[in-house]
Amino acid sequence: MTRVEENKEGIKGMANPTRYGIERVAYLLMRLTGLGLLVYFVAHIAETSSILQGKVAWDEMLALTQTTGGHIILALVIGMCVFHTVNGIRVMLGHGGIGVGTPGRLDYPYKPPSQNARHKIAIYSSIVLAAIAMMYGLAVMFGE
Amino acid sequence: MAAQSTQISKPTSIPASKYVTLRISKFNPKKESSPKFIDFKVPYQKWTTVLDAILHVKQNLDHSIGVRYSCRQASCGSCGMKINGRPALACFTKIIELNSDVITVEPMNNFPIIRDLVVGFERMFSTHKKIKPYIIREDSEITPGTKEFLQTPEEVEKYIQFSNCIKCGLCNSVCPTMATDSSFVGPQALAQAYRYIADTRDKGKKDRLKIIDDSHGIWRCHFAGSCSQVCPKGVDPAMGIQLLRGYLLGFRS
Amino acid sequence: MRESVIMKIHYGTALAAVALVAVHVLFRLTQNFAESLEYESVIANYQFLPYAGMLEIILILLSIHGFNGLRVILIELKQGRSFEKSVTYGCIGAMALVILYGSRTIFLTSMGMT
Repeated sequence: MTRVEENKEGIKGMANPTRYGIERVAYLLMRLTGLGLLVYFVAHIAETSSILQGKVAWDEMLALTQTTGGHIILALVIGMCVFHTVNGIRVMLGHGGIGVGTPGRLDYPYKPPSQNARHKIAIYSSIVLAAIAMMYGLAVMFGE
Repeated sequence: MAAQSTQISKPTSIPASKYVTLRISKFNPKKESSPKFIDFKVPYQKWTTVLDAILHVKQNLDHSIGVRYSCRQASCGSCGMKINGRPALACFTKIIELNSDVITVEPMNNFPIIRDLVVGFERMFSTHKKIKPYIIREDSEITPGTKEFLQTPEEVEKYIQFSNCIKCGLCNSVCPTMATDSSFVGPQALAQAYRYIADTRDKGKKDRLKIIDDSHGIWRCHFAGSCSQVCPKGVDPAMGIQLLRGYLLGFRS
Repeated sequence: MRESVIMKIHYGTALAAVALVAVHVLFRLTQNFAESLEYESVIANYQFLPYAGMLEIILILLSIHGFNGLRVILIELKQGRSFEKSVTYGCIGAMALVILYGSRTIFLTSMGMT
């Protein structure tokens, strides 16, 4: 069965963070930061390999990264890393069934226990911590 | 007695109707290439549900509207559809709650459209069957010489919430994985797998865990929780799925 | 390999990488950030064997975690036997390449062959 026949929303629906609360924002950010960090990781392996070509090559590579653009990219990487880590721990605990509430008889209007304040606080905390880490990173990089 | 009958025959005063625009998605995939929206002016009272409004259109304005419904009381799971962009049961959504002059109704996503607002549930029912939604054990309560399988109220609490599932498909229609993954088991079936595994009478845990431990099984759930947010029966599939995954991760036995 | 085993590895590599990357970052902050990136300083880091060993472990952990994450995203986007097989083998291949290329840098630098 093709996607059109199944009336699937596709990538647009999967990546739409404007519906169903902050959990969908966290879901999207987790994917984007994961992909961003993978790209940075591969680029980092490539850039550090310049050390094998001696001091001149290393200094040239360093000069490329120590620009305003380079610092901003590194600050974004710091933010992505912090968000992916903190939210990743939240998701991992959730996947183990920790902090998702206990089954029971719900009364109308049925507030789902898994969508609890603990998880929402953890998501907001991971965003705030990522922002703080980015600011600290920018202060260290531009402060020198 | 006489006073009572007078009271019954007295006409009750019905408040004057307000009107709302009901925008219905019309689409027959066998005949048309894309859906189109048709607007209808529909009267409503404070008790009018979206299903009532659709049936008003069907009865008075356009008989050809395709809609599936049965119980009209959120028990059968037939009338799931997208109402103003969010999946809900039409019989369980009052027009007044929507706070909107225009109500758009569309078929749910992630299900093939049969016609207009009616979608096909074949795939959901087949994944539901795949996880063996019944008690698995060697003996049975009707075998001579055996007693009924007793459970404590605490044991019942562990799964009773998940047995409220009416297979309306709302959870599958909002799942971000299902938006792109045609092979994913889906929150409905996964929550039902937990419902039976958590039942102390059941002995099919191993079988079911094997079925869902697949590349398009339980691991494709990323705990976005949208399924739980739209569930009209308070099943909380996201909780069931995470508790179920706890068995596979060794957090519970 | 069963998907549960793959995902346990995914979680395990994540937790281990968090701890080791924290040490890796702290090494940059033990001295002035710019100084820590100078050629001599980086060479000294690589030639300190426990640190080089840690870099190697980080390389393996992040490659496994990163490319498995990519595999998960890709198989959720498109399905089909041949597509999923090529995604799986493609990710394993890319993972091996990154590990080999990174290991070469770590090994040669720590042995003083720059």
